[in-house]
Amino acid sequence: MSDAALPLAAAAPARRSSARGESLGVRIALIAVSLLFLLLFLLLPLAAVFVEAGSKGWEAYRAAITEPDALAAIRLTLLVAAIAVPFNIVVGIAAAWAVAKFEFRGKNLLISLIDLPFSVSPVISGLVFVLLFGAQGYFGPWLQAHDIKIVFALPGLILATVFVTFPFVARELIPHMQSLGTADEEAALTLGASPWRVFFRVTLPNVKWSLFYGVLLCNARAMGEFGAVAVVSGKIRGLTNTMPLHIEILYNEYMGAAAFAVASLLAGLALITLALKTFLEWRFGDEIAASRRH
Amino acid sequence: MAAATPLRWREPSILPGFGMALGITLTALSLIVLIPLAALFIKAASAGPADIWAVATSPRTLAALKLSFLGALFAALVNAVFGLILAWVLVRYEFPGRRLIDAAVDLPFALPTAVAGISLAAIYAPNGIVGSLFAPFDIQIAYTPLGVMVALIFIGLPFVVRTVQPVLEELQSDVEEAAALLGASRARTIFKVVLPPVLPALLTGFVLAFARAVGEYGSVIFIAGNVPMVSEIAPLLIVIRLEQFDYAGAAVVATMMLIIAFALILSVNLIQAHARRRFGDV
Amino acid sequence: MTRPLFRRFLRAGLVLGAFTLGLGVTAGAQAQTELLNVSYDPTRELYREINAAFIAEWNARNPAKTISTIRQSHGGSGAQARTVIDGLAADVVTLALAGDIDAVAERSKKLPLDWQNRLPHNSSPYTSTIVFLVRKGNPKAIQDWGDLVKPGIRVITPNPKTSGGARWNYLAAWAYAEKAFGKDEAKVRDYIAKLLANVPVLDTGARGATTTFTQRGIGDVFLSWENEAFLALKEFGADKFEIVVPSLSILAEPPVALVDGNVDAKKSREQAQAYLDFLYTPKAQAIIARNFYRPRNPEAADPKDLANFPKVELITIDDVFGGWKKAQPTHFGDGGTFDQLYKPAR
Repeated sequence: MSDAALPLAAAAPARRSSARGESLGVRIALIAVSLLFLLLFLLLPLAAVFVEAGSKGWEAYRAAITEPDALAAIRLTLLVAAIAVPFNIVVGIAAAWAVAKFEFRGKNLLISLIDLPFSVSPVISGLVFVLLFGAQGYFGPWLQAHDIKIVFALPGLILATVFVTFPFVARELIPHMQSLGTADEEAALTLGASPWRVFFRVTLPNVKWSLFYGVLLCNARAMGEFGAVAVVSGKIRGLTNTMPLHIEILYNEYMGAAAFAVASLLAGLALITLALKTFLEWRFGDEIAASRRH
Repeated sequence: MAAATPLRWREPSILPGFGMALGITLTALSLIVLIPLAALFIKAASAGPADIWAVATSPRTLAALKLSFLGALFAALVNAVFGLILAWVLVRYEFPGRRLIDAAVDLPFALPTAVAGISLAAIYAPNGIVGSLFAPFDIQIAYTPLGVMVALIFIGLPFVVRTVQPVLEELQSDVEEAAALLGASRARTIFKVVLPPVLPALLTGFVLAFARAVGEYGSVIFIAGNVPMVSEIAPLLIVIRLEQFDYAGAAVVATMMLIIAFALILSVNLIQAHARRRFGDV
Repeated sequence: MTRPLFRRFLRAGLVLGAFTLGLGVTAGAQAQTELLNVSYDPTRELYREINAAFIAEWNARNPAKTISTIRQSHGGSGAQARTVIDGLAADVVTLALAGDIDAVAERSKKLPLDWQNRLPHNSSPYTSTIVFLVRKGNPKAIQDWGDLVKPGIRVITPNPKTSGGARWNYLAAWAYAEKAFGKDEAKVRDYIAKLLANVPVLDTGARGATTTFTQRGIGDVFLSWENEAFLALKEFGADKFEIVVPSLSILAEPPVALVDGNVDAKKSREQAQAYLDFLYTPKAQAIIARNFYRPRNPEAADPKDLANFPKVELITIDDVFGGWKKAQPTHFGDGGTFDQLYKPAR
């Protein structure tokens, strides 16, 4: 966030327009290009969600998001996220600790494996669990004999969601922890603090903003995932339909306004996430900048 | 700043918890990622070499992979160019609404892909707000490969901006000023002084956007025409094979995508490791 | 310092987590019999009405063995069959074509291979057919199958690989061509290839295709289930679209079946069987006609609803194609006629 460029530029010798800045024309052109690009690809789709959601009026909107199947979908989505996100927080912190604080062979490979789910097609993420736990899958007969349901039930949804969001927390934490080094922890240990105390009093506070950002992203993805859960859900309304799947169902029932009404909840969540992040950056900007500079 | 501290990765550490941390990581990684993916490989292998070859080289598979990879490549290129401009504008210029724009960049991370797809289809269809602007010129966006690009650009944008932005922020201004004082034109300064240190980050963002776009499904199927050989993406082909009860065929296509994806991710991490050695922390 | 604030965030997060967990657990508690009907795309409205009627009737007669709800799952017919094969515990399947239930029987072994003989009328309590939906005033003057291959006509149909309806579309076109060209196979194939070349968008399911045609304004003619076409008129207004009935079409028989393996495990056989039997009762047949499906028992339906259905010459899959067991691999299997004839035309 450097806005120091302007006065410097103004003070520079007159022959060229400026040392660091571009001419006003170029500047305006670049801003305009950026805004147009954002408008076309980000803002219009977002606006469309809210416009369509409100197209049938407030009563219809309220009805769409309080209808039993919609409520069930909202509950299920929250439940899946409430299990998947904490799991990934624990694993993400463990992974970051191992990777950032220690030197060992095969580290690049480990990081790449942690990153892998990020570039695996969501469809594949769902498919692998069907191959493992589906009735025709490798563990299918055994699971059936013991009456354990994984795919087309809550465990399958959670597994697929954990898979898809696996890298988010670790990916935010690793570079940050790497740049912080190990000096603080070592000092605390030398002074006689217990390992857990060091972790909770030294390490965690140091990376809290990266952690927080990672959790926000992880949660947003967990709640919004479509492709992976579509494969393992079975799409039973009121039972295994998450919000994104419920949106697709409504859309397919010619209830566009209702579909976008539920979608607007998720879009609203996205906006709150972003607002929260922006607020934190504004409120604790210096602290975050200091701790995140890596 | 911390970039210059050469303190990292010293001798065998006195820090505790390595065993536990690595244990948790490897257990979770195995259970959630590796074993399931191994199942995929086994399934693909069960098809037998002849069938694998037939599926892998069928024109339809190749066309779908080509669309997924070329589409993702093109979208990532567009994102690299506009993402760089956007990051530049956000870092260097002060204008009303900058903070808002900055926040909006993360939108594709947070907006569910299916919602994005439906909404993009509505806007870019011939009777949509943007689509109708192009319709008179007989250019159709939604339901063509162009529509696929639009969706892929949408989901990939934040990767480029968010990897380039911090590097631009930390760029020291004195080098630029020195270049300018020594008589370099602004354009020359940009290309010779500003861009080189940004390049690794830009490349990383590009590959991340690319990797994410290759596998994207939710946002694309609503806006692609899904016409075989023309606008059918590889993940859709997996779904189609699955719906024909052809598990092995689906696994073969999935495995092909997976191998390429892993190669991409590994290369990003190598780029980053290389850049860290060369330019300090990025 | 900011540490307390961060703690507060943590605590708020924990409370929220526990709260959602609690919600989920309470939602999971249920006792009575619950049926799951795994169906294809266009039957959503039909089964919503059927289920309400059946539950009311059953619970009134059997207060000791009440049914709490009948859950519905909808999607492309092939995709739905796959989820049942993969273990979705459907009590009954109500799919778009017998081929998909055959696949369930063969692969999951949860119902006998001769399932289709267990209920009257080939296990199809309702039928439908394929008609054309065109834009109001029929600007491209599309009257019959022959018009679909004219240059510049854009035809919307879902993908026969994933959509049951699209398979009926394809077979109806094939049957027309066989009749028109006197079984000259080369000409038939040429006709189908030209028809497929006129298709600009190939959605995965019937519903997606309907949306593409009606809401996105793509295409000149939409090959549609008859019930889907009527529903589109109802939803989007008869002032925007009209139905064209071709000279010949196919008798589509969407079948229903009990999944024995699942009902025995869930101890819901009695209710599930009664549910399927209910579909053949006059009450259900009237609902069927009201939802634009052709009832097997027209006397039970409201004559007003019956008046909707145009007279059309209908061929059957058994007569022309030798049944699904033969038609499926010939036309829609890997390397079948669809794969051969679908060329990247543009």
